[in-house]
Amino acid sequence: MKSSSALDKKVIVFQLKDEEFAVSVQQVGGIERMLPITRVPQTAEFVKGVINLRGVVTPVIDLRKRFDIEEIPYDESTRIILVHLDDMEVGLIVDAANDVIDIPEDAIEPAPDVIGAVNVDYIDGVAKLDNRLLILLNLNCVLSNDEVDDLKSVKG
Amino acid sequence: MDTADYLDVFIDESREHLDVLYQQLLELENHPTDMSIIEEIFRAAHTLKGMAATMGYESLANLTHKLENIFDGIRDEKIQVSTETMDVLFESVDDLNRMVEDISGGGNGSKEISKIVESLDEIEEGKNRAESNVDLTKNAPTIAKSENTLRSIKELDEFELSILKESENREFINYEITVHLNKDCLLKGARTLMVFNVLERMGEVIKAEPPVHELEEENFDSIFTVIFVSKLDENEMREMILTVSEIDKVTIQPFSIQNYEKEEGSNNSLLPRNDNNKEKEIVKRTNRAASKTIRVRIDRLNTLMNLFEELVIDRGRLEQISQEFEHQDLRETVERMSRISGDLQNVILTMRMVPIDQVFSRFPNMIRSLSRELHKKININIVGADTELDRTVIDEIGDPLIHLLRNAVDHGVETPDIRQTRGKPEEGTIRLEAYHSGNHVIIEIADDGGGINKEAVLNKALQNELITEQEVRSLSDQEVNELILASGFSTAETVSDISGRGVGLDVVKNTIESLGGSIAIESEFGKGTIFTVQLPLTLSIISAMLVDVEKEKYAIPLSSIIETAIMKKSDVFSARNKQVIDFRGKIVPLVFLKDLFSIPLDNDKAEVEYLSIVVVKKGERLAGLVVDSFIGQQEIVLKSLGDYLTNVFAISGATILGDGQVALIVDSDVLIK
Repeated sequence: MKSSSALDKKVIVFQLKDEEFAVSVQQVGGIERMLPITRVPQTAEFVKGVINLRGVVTPVIDLRKRFDIEEIPYDESTRIILVHLDDMEVGLIVDAANDVIDIPEDAIEPAPDVIGAVNVDYIDGVAKLDNRLLILLNLNCVLSNDEVDDLKSVKG
Repeated sequence: MDTADYLDVFIDESREHLDVLYQQLLELENHPTDMSIIEEIFRAAHTLKGMAATMGYESLANLTHKLENIFDGIRDEKIQVSTETMDVLFESVDDLNRMVEDISGGGNGSKEISKIVESLDEIEEGKNRAESNVDLTKNAPTIAKSENTLRSIKELDEFELSILKESENREFINYEITVHLNKDCLLKGARTLMVFNVLERMGEVIKAEPPVHELEEENFDSIFTVIFVSKLDENEMREMILTVSEIDKVTIQPFSIQNYEKEEGSNNSLLPRNDNNKEKEIVKRTNRAASKTIRVRIDRLNTLMNLFEELVIDRGRLEQISQEFEHQDLRETVERMSRISGDLQNVILTMRMVPIDQVFSRFPNMIRSLSRELHKKININIVGADTELDRTVIDEIGDPLIHLLRNAVDHGVETPDIRQTRGKPEEGTIRLEAYHSGNHVIIEIADDGGGINKEAVLNKALQNELITEQEVRSLSDQEVNELILASGFSTAETVSDISGRGVGLDVVKNTIESLGGSIAIESEFGKGTIFTVQLPLTLSIISAMLVDVEKEKYAIPLSSIIETAIMKKSDVFSARNKQVIDFRGKIVPLVFLKDLFSIPLDNDKAEVEYLSIVVVKKGERLAGLVVDSFIGQQEIVLKSLGDYLTNVFAISGATILGDGQVALIVDSDVLIK
């Protein structure tokens, strides 16, 4: 799954607390500045609500909250990264998004057992580039509905 | 060639051709000698065969091919159109339908067709026997005729005829040339053009079938025919044409004007004049429709609609700005833009409208086979098939309507002998009528059958404990009729293959209500029953009441609102741990949206003495939704929350308000238990 035949993997790099994460450009539909969010009641806490994205109602989740990192107020550098997985389109709220880079396939290593604050389940691997460490996000797990559903069944 | 990309198109078009087959078969049954109907069927079957073969669905292609043979026979008057023949034909079209549905469901469309093929072969053999008889009596002419009509040119106009006559007088020879292109030929248009180039060097093309513009657009299978005038002989011409590659076969035969005129004359004399005209009109109409429509994916229309809504929001901002600036030119331009975008909105909305005929067209055949199965004689009378409504509604109403029609056939119309004893014509009539009424479309399903037996309904309802003895006396006729729509009314006892499917009419009622519609029954015992279904024109735009709760805005669909009320807090009672109000003599439980949606409190708000309540209904039950204030009624565009957030409790979707903000739509049905 992880290994693609292309030698380089083009990724979008974004910031969360003091770590750098990466998602494949193929899964990214766009990057937006913060937009007004409408809260959707009785959903998981990390689901911030929905935004109006050029006429399409799109759910957004707060990645800090998703990974149990303490929340900070949104500011000028806060971005919503629109990712799609299968037919789902979801916005991820991140601290900043500032880079598109190519990662050579051989720079990618499996995720170590302990890495920062993020549960290893959400990670596809890490990439070491010069003096940067990029965490490759596994969107399948990040966007899995299991926890959303769990929450619903408890409440509803 | 990878055919997967074409699968959707193939399925859509196949369905259309099957619809044509069904319709024209029904017509054929009524007018068995009308050649234009046969032509229509032949064309549909032929195209279907071509498409199926291209896509590699062999059984579909084979069966269509058999069917085509039969119609060839009918066209050449070698097969008589009898009821038995029609039954087999209908059955085989049913099979085709099933195959196409199988393909659309991801299957490969293969199906056991040997039995139906056998029946078709029998019919065809019948033809062959007839053919050999004919051959004995008048040998040559019949053969010539059958070849002539194989892919015969129809409807030469007077001008063309006069050219042909003229050329005959000048010792030119008139030919009918049929060119079979190679089945795998990729650039059919180009090949055709090359053939035409060759032909034009040898003589003159008078007429082509299909017409030249369709040939250019590759709108034909692989065969085309031209009427051609030349001095050369057959062999020379054949050789020349075959210099073009990818041609399978060329048939050249002399074209006789006398024969043509005779045939035309006999065809026309066979038919009642007015009928022929009518048929031609239909053919013309479908031709025109085909050339002036394009297929657009519905999600593209949705995208267009989304973008347009964004435009409307920006328009609002622009209007505001122009008012602040008080600049004459700017204001005029903005006003013009507003008008145009208003028109644009109407255009976009009507683009999504399709005639209800898409749903209705499959009913006649269904009624026909059902009534045969049940040994009833039923005529279906469809009115207003051109009534248009939104695609979203069209997609949903098929099943409920089928259910109601099956019900009418099964339980409504009586068998011929019973009808006779009741002094009714043997043939029952089901009327299916659609018409617009304001923002709704009304669909009536009326039968002239036995009507609803109120005694039986009441007994049944008592038996199933839907009502109590006391209630029986107080029920109005209308209420009794509507009992048959109640859930739990239909039981295994009444369920048959036809109208049962294991569910009752309550499912129909629920479906229609979930679409924002309603259903009513009128019935007179012994005379018949009318089901009236009322549906909104579109599901994507609904009327809703916008309300404020703290700092959030919610939309409540008007279809579920009974009324709004403002009540003193002191009028709220507590009953069984629930807060209730006395609303027009009924005890109505209150639901505080603030608590339900755990809405963050807005501390600036002053404590008020009054409650704003939206009274909503689900069936007979009511509930009062407590909000902070009513903003007003508005047409809103329904949008889903996306695939990530499915089944959010008590929220059915969202809409985008004039200021670009998203407001959630409250699903009040789940709040009433």
